[in-house]
Amino acid sequence: MSAVLELHAVSKTFTMHLRGGIRLPIVAGVEFAVAAGECAVLAGPSGAGKSSILKMIFGTYRCDAGSILVRRDGSAIDVASAEPREILRLRRDALGYVSQFLRAVPRVAAIDVVAEPLVIAGIPRAHAHERAAELLTRLNIPERLWPLPPATFSGGEQQRVNIARGFLCDLPILLLDEPTASLDAGNRAVVVDLVTARKRRGTAVVAIVHDEDARASIADTVIDVMRFAAAA
Amino acid sequence: MMQQDADRPLLVAEGLSKWYGGRLGCRDVSFAIYPGEVMAVVGESGSGKSTLLQMLSCQLDPSNGRVLYRTRDGATRDLATLGEAERRFLFRTDWGYVHQDPAAGLRMTVSAGANVGERLMAVGWRHYGHIRRTAGDWLGRVEIDDSRIDEAPASYSGGMRQRLQIARNLVTRPRLVFMDEPTGGLDVSVQARLLDLLRGLVAELSLAAIIVTHDLAVARLLSHRTMVMKGGDVIEIGLTDQVLEDPREAYTQLLVSSILPP
Repeated sequence: MSAVLELHAVSKTFTMHLRGGIRLPIVAGVEFAVAAGECAVLAGPSGAGKSSILKMIFGTYRCDAGSILVRRDGSAIDVASAEPREILRLRRDALGYVSQFLRAVPRVAAIDVVAEPLVIAGIPRAHAHERAAELLTRLNIPERLWPLPPATFSGGEQQRVNIARGFLCDLPILLLDEPTASLDAGNRAVVVDLVTARKRRGTAVVAIVHDEDARASIADTVIDVMRFAAAA
Repeated sequence: MMQQDADRPLLVAEGLSKWYGGRLGCRDVSFAIYPGEVMAVVGESGSGKSTLLQMLSCQLDPSNGRVLYRTRDGATRDLATLGEAERRFLFRTDWGYVHQDPAAGLRMTVSAGANVGERLMAVGWRHYGHIRRTAGDWLGRVEIDDSRIDEAPASYSGGMRQRLQIARNLVTRPRLVFMDEPTGGLDVSVQARLLDLLRGLVAELSLAAIIVTHDLAVARLLSHRTMVMKGGDVIEIGLTDQVLEDPREAYTQLLVSSILPP
């Protein structure tokens, strides 16, 4: 099957201007591709650059070299060189991202946090709320919490709100940063089911998953990020 | 048709500079804003961000460069070529301007309802009942109780005044809103409420906005893109999450590293 996401010769170095310009190489020569319906798991010890790779794909980190191609409808957009507007459009139409931690906005109810990506995409609020409610139920967030801002929730509850938000839009590429990290076995199984269902519908997934069972259940390929370790 | 419209910039700044005699206001600023896009301009006082905002909104003539604006009829106009009447028309119909000090953007001695209704009358609304009802709706949207519609903002708290100023600006459905430190003079708890409100309204109305702020949290919550200024120069411009999480320039790294974690 043809790839919907391709990384070629991607490299990233941080320059710390406040520390005398120290250069901190993160990764170099990152090279992999993911096809529709396939899940690639990034593996490697903490600090190997796994999250940085996801952030470069999403456009949050710039890349210093190489290309990150998102292919859709016969055309390709290179995230590494795209205009901010193109990246924003990709995030709306093609790239989903579940970050490691929920960035809660003060005062916004959990149900609205989850529904927001659909509302931004122009779906009527009532319908967006229905979809959000389904996912929150599926992820075992009790209904009495839905009207509350997630800032006061437990770590696991916040993570599930974050997952619900990330899975709400049916986008062709999904980036998952430790989605099962702070979840109990039951909720971990729900997330594995959600990922599996999404793969079946043709979503390309790039995930960081430390839990071995979860990883074995979703991974089609495992990419050892140490291969891309940048020489210091 | 809609798609085409969204793909053409609403406002374009080309090489904008301002000198006050020998002193630099800001230098060689260029960017484009598209419909529905929110850009934050961040920097310390003296960075040139307010000078920039005033030039963009026709309140200050640039020393060099120009500002192009696409009007509702689809034509792109150089703001410097507009007559005074045309500029006033833009301000009444297409633009909003939210001042840091609500007293600068409100009429403090007339009622809240009239403050909002006035803008509607300026665009040709005549029916008193419609005006009052729409003004009431907007007070509700900015979380001001309907029972206070006949009070003058002089009796309002700072946070309420700022919300009223926002209602006054948005009631005519502008396409572009300029905001100068909109949360500047407010208590932290009041700021959070206002930011949340602005965030909802900007998304719901797909407003384009240019927000001048020294507060990176405001930029993070409200804007798609962020421009960092220092001493009149643009230091860095990019996606807001990129500028905040992967700042490239030394000055931006300093700014970002100075934020207290939430």
